Amino acid sequence: MSENTEPRPAAAPDPDRLPAAQTTAVEPEPLEDDADFVTSLDTAGGAHQPSAVPVSAQSGTLPGAPEEESVLRKIFTGNGIVTILAVLLALILGGLLIAMTDKVVGTTAGYFFARPSDFLAAVWSAATESYVALFQGAVYNPRGTGAAGQFAPLMETLTIATPLITAGLGVALAFRAGLFNIGAQGQIIMAGILASWVGFALHLPTGLHLLLVLVAGVIGGAVWGGIVGVLKARTGAHEVIVTIMFNYIALYFLRYLLDTDLFQRPGADTPISPIVDPSAAYPLIFGSQYRLHLGFLLAIAATVFVSWLLNRSTIGFEFRAVGANPKAALTAGINVSRATILVMTIAGGLAGLAGVAQVAGTEKVLTDGVAATYGFDAITVALLGRSSPWGTFAAGLLFGAFRAGAVQMQIQTGTPIDIVLVVQSLIVLFIAAPPLVRAIFGLNPRKKKAATAGKTKQAATTGGAA
Amino acid sequence: MSTTATSPVQGKPQPEKNGGPAVSAKPVTWKLPVTLSVLATLAFIFFGLLGPQGNAKFGVSSGGDFFQLPAIEVPAFLSGIVLSMILLGLAGYALVLKARNNQRPPRWVPAVFTVVFVVAFLIWVVGGARTPSISLAGLIAGSVTLAVPIVFGSLSGVLCERAGVVNIAIEGQLLGGAFTAALVASLTHNPYLGLLAAAVAGALVSMVLALFSIKYVVNQIIVGVVLNVLVSGLTGFLFSTVMQSDPEKYNSPGELPNIDIPVLSGIPVIGPILFKQSVVGYLMYIAVIVIWIGLFKTKWGLRVRAVGEHPQAADTLGIKVNATRFWNVTIGGAVAGIGGSFFTLVAIDSFTKEISGGRGFIALAAMILGRWNPIGAFFAALLFGFADNLQSIVTIIGTPVPSQFMAMLPYVVTVFAVAGLVGRSRPPAADGIPYVKG
Repeated sequence: MSENTEPRPAAAPDPDRLPAAQTTAVEPEPLEDDADFVTSLDTAGGAHQPSAVPVSAQSGTLPGAPEEESVLRKIFTGNGIVTILAVLLALILGGLLIAMTDKVVGTTAGYFFARPSDFLAAVWSAATESYVALFQGAVYNPRGTGAAGQFAPLMETLTIATPLITAGLGVALAFRAGLFNIGAQGQIIMAGILASWVGFALHLPTGLHLLLVLVAGVIGGAVWGGIVGVLKARTGAHEVIVTIMFNYIALYFLRYLLDTDLFQRPGADTPISPIVDPSAAYPLIFGSQYRLHLGFLLAIAATVFVSWLLNRSTIGFEFRAVGANPKAALTAGINVSRATILVMTIAGGLAGLAGVAQVAGTEKVLTDGVAATYGFDAITVALLGRSSPWGTFAAGLLFGAFRAGAVQMQIQTGTPIDIVLVVQSLIVLFIAAPPLVRAIFGLNPRKKKAATAGKTKQAATTGGAA
Repeated sequence: MSTTATSPVQGKPQPEKNGGPAVSAKPVTWKLPVTLSVLATLAFIFFGLLGPQGNAKFGVSSGGDFFQLPAIEVPAFLSGIVLSMILLGLAGYALVLKARNNQRPPRWVPAVFTVVFVVAFLIWVVGGARTPSISLAGLIAGSVTLAVPIVFGSLSGVLCERAGVVNIAIEGQLLGGAFTAALVASLTHNPYLGLLAAAVAGALVSMVLALFSIKYVVNQIIVGVVLNVLVSGLTGFLFSTVMQSDPEKYNSPGELPNIDIPVLSGIPVIGPILFKQSVVGYLMYIAVIVIWIGLFKTKWGLRVRAVGEHPQAADTLGIKVNATRFWNVTIGGAVAGIGGSFFTLVAIDSFTKEISGGRGFIALAAMILGRWNPIGAFFAALLFGFADNLQSIVTIIGTPVPSQFMAMLPYVVTVFAVAGLVGRSRPPAADGIPYVKG
């Protein structure tokens, strides 16, 4: 990387700095690694074509984005259509997988050549039955009793989406600053530990108690994320590795705590904490018939906050600048270390909000499954949302719907919940590679087609000549 | 691309650059000496001064050995003091070197420190236990067994990252290998075919990684993370629908037999580790050696490393950067797949959901701790296997240290390692950066 020598001295906040004459030599490595990694993480500022990499799409609002295209072309080849097609493609593949393992499909395949229509009908019904069940479990159940029962699935979707949205915002925010926050899982756990302890161990008046629970949880997540930021800024430790390790450390710490008298519910054999006080629980938004709680409104508020932070505040600008090109940000006088620490702290705090939603809202107790897989799902949520706050919000709703619906799907059709993981990951894979999706649907930009056509023509002519 | 810009990246000392002969371009920091000092002080306080008074007993021979060695019995308190003094001495040596000459300590210092620290720790743990006696042979043999999939995983990581592709998908490769091994071995009633199929499955997972990260230039970390989820979902789905519908038919792979080499397997301690392994275990040793020789002693290895360090230069010399990367990633996947087969063909003779249990991430850590070197990764994986094994033993013999903290240890050590507190580990320069010609 040719411009490595330039930004090195100023960014090394190394405690044992050598005298000024030697500063160029102080700790070049972490920064080199650092810089190289960041370049790789966000190619918008790097040497590579931005269109192919989703992280670069995050910085789409920055100047210097891809070349102008006609509006119509943009609609058909742009991100929006690719997102929809990616979701469609993933659902189709998931449907095929369901059909493949379906018993009726298996038997009809036996006499496929005799009556192919049976086979196709079986494939169709296997896939659609599952998806219909998924939809009924996620949005609207026509067999529910009254309007309340019919919309119960939707409320469940929103409940499950709550931690996904806030944790996803944490991941997305870090993405925007060029950091891979794989650690939402650990941050949720740490938040859950602190929040639940305040919830069941302290007995405070209503209002104040919940506020303290909230603050404790957010601090728990923020500290756990902040440590990663500090390690990254001060030592150059790569945040992907550190956050993965921190997830495990948090999990084992939680398991340890649930083994102690401090956290284990008296008289319980299983590792489970006491139930949090009613005064520490989120109030339910639509009464006791649904689980939907105040956390969802906070998730909306968090989305608004992140949106403001990124697009309207100075800090947010710094985050984006660091994410787009850390070297340029450094040259422009932005304190990259400070931005790194700050963004990880805020990201951790957002994931902490998800932890609070779990212990004060949905679960009301602390178990070692407090974070479920929300922390990992949050990564896919942020990727699907292209790291924009409202995109993440929408993606969180979609994945919340998948999660809620999958439970119903398993009950009704016996399709395992794991299919949701497959569909989710396929969606993200396809979204990450727009050229692939466009190629599958034959939507590649004409330019490229012309080029390849020219090539083949050329090959044909040369081949003919030879 | 000037030499001044690139050479510090490669970490070559350049004494002439900064004038002072003692100062190298690779910075000498206080991190290592200070970390060693802190650890040594902690060891002195806990293992020494606050150490248990009883004796710690280590059985050396197991029943099957052809000659028996007596068990080693050491006074825990005394050895705690002595060993922590050695630790303090080593830390002091590092401090003096830094203060006087501004030199980093020789490489044996952290290595010896680690070994002595682990021994002191072991004596402390065992000495404080309710039943202060463990079988050393069993401990070490168990560690090697538990380390097998981690070693394969980290070798996969080394192969990929040396060529410049970050492989977060090790977990997925292990899981895919485990699943396919179980399925194919059950269907064909031949565990060796299962082993082969595991390699193919791992390679297939890797090919997706390669396709997306090389052809479509998608961020490698994203692809890796997503692939883990995808494989976890796929195997979980197929396990629930296919395997559980008829476990007899689809999920009862035979076990790969343990092969004892006569006489040699009877040597105490070393015998069970080296000469009493399953096929996968022997393959592990072979893979470590072959990959090490391949990477560092052959033309192929030189090319791979060139691609990982400086793809532009490699390209200029006519090496096909992306093809090299593609095949390296594929081979890496195959290696990890074989490691995955360990779960279903050696350890447990059936597949369950998430059977790899996060070992792919530990493998990633082992690779980093082993500094992207097959042999280093092997020993780091052994350390993790040791911690894993010790955790279960500790629960049995009952010690003051909660088992959860033992389980946490590998991860904490890794954080320390990547933070540069215990030696600096530097990834290949072009690791994670896609190569686009032009």
